[in-house]
Amino acid sequence: MTRQARIGLFAVSAAGLAALMLWGASGLPSFGHYRGPYGQIVNHVAPSERHVTNVVTAVVFDYRGVDTLGEEFILFAAAMGVALLLREVRDPRARRNDRVSSDAVRLAGVGFAAGLFVLGLSVVAHGPITPGGGFQGGVVLASAFALVYLAGDYRSYRKLTPSFGIDLAKGTGLGVFTVVGIVSLLLGTAYLHNFGPLGTAGTLASGGTISILNIATGLEVMAAFVLLFTEFLEELAVTRAPR
Amino acid sequence: MIPLQAVAMGFVAAGALAVVLSRDLVRLTMLSSLYALTLVVLFLVFQAPDVALSELVVGAVGFPLAIVVAIVLERGR
Amino acid sequence: MSYLPYALAVWLFVVGLYGVVTSRSLIHLVVCLTVMQSSTYVLLLSIGYVNRATAPIFADVPRGTRAVDPVVQALTLTDVVVGVAVAALLLALSMQVQKHLGTTDPDELQQMHG
Repeated sequence: MTRQARIGLFAVSAAGLAALMLWGASGLPSFGHYRGPYGQIVNHVAPSERHVTNVVTAVVFDYRGVDTLGEEFILFAAAMGVALLLREVRDPRARRNDRVSSDAVRLAGVGFAAGLFVLGLSVVAHGPITPGGGFQGGVVLASAFALVYLAGDYRSYRKLTPSFGIDLAKGTGLGVFTVVGIVSLLLGTAYLHNFGPLGTAGTLASGGTISILNIATGLEVMAAFVLLFTEFLEELAVTRAPR
Repeated sequence: MIPLQAVAMGFVAAGALAVVLSRDLVRLTMLSSLYALTLVVLFLVFQAPDVALSELVVGAVGFPLAIVVAIVLERGR
Repeated sequence: MSYLPYALAVWLFVVGLYGVVTSRSLIHLVVCLTVMQSSTYVLLLSIGYVNRATAPIFADVPRGTRAVDPVVQALTLTDVVVGVAVAALLLALSMQVQKHLGTTDPDELQQMHG
């Protein structure tokens, strides 16, 4: 089938698909008139039950914690898949020396990378209080490492992210999540039921197991993204090496 | 629905069309970052700051880095 | 007018699908897949929106103010981060295709050799 015929067939079927989806969307409640009671109930109950002020974090790590566990497994598998596809036996001496030549760029970049790392830790820690949490903060932490590569050179980036340390961090993050759920099973309640000391809402120590799961998620997301960056950049650094 | 939301939705629709219609790969990287930025504004106007923060860090750092590496490797052969 | 966000989600899906079907490069295809995924984010968030309501974060507003639905926001925020990791996996696949077959044009990759 020629390309033109394919595009013609696609245009007809896309029009039908769009009509079907629009007809289905017209059965939804109109924008702004949210009908379901579950969201309103969680909004009323979560700050007093779990002593957190960020209800979205409470939903992610407590009320729908099993969904988050599934998503973390997807993240783990995706990072492992990238490592499987791209990791091969490479000669570490064949790495190109791509040091950024300007001293000012290196100094400013590495200084900002340290600040970005602290910002990422703050975003992770403030999950139960303000917008933030493990997922967002984990990516910010990983981008601090990427800034070291961008403003410096590849060798200093590799020194900061040893393979063993990253694999350990990733496994620890996911393992802590699973084990906390098992601990709550052993305590006689449901899997991932909140059992820790709840603390006061609005401070950094609040939410019980929400804080623990938050930090574990931040660790795992940071390690997964650093692994992704490492595999991609290694591909770049080695292929462009003068052989 | 307030007019700010309508304007943000218009930008998202235009950004998606621009991403799909671009053929040059370097421009595609830039446009995908800009599309992520329009999505961030839309999520903020829909009163979802957590989601906006996720999309911001992912669309500014995570995804463009991966695309740029893929493009460089495709060109270098 | 009140169904415009749903129409936007349908538009994003169809436009992304058009990009996937008529793509000439695997990298462009992965970016169009990302556009299709973002249509689901828009649909989820627009279902949970409440008129004249604020974000579901009660650090500075008194408890009991109208807030939008937090459950769909929770689903979307984990989805955004994990979706990018899966897209990176697809890009790694396209890099391997480039390495072994020398091209990333989907039209030329149709026949399976060997």
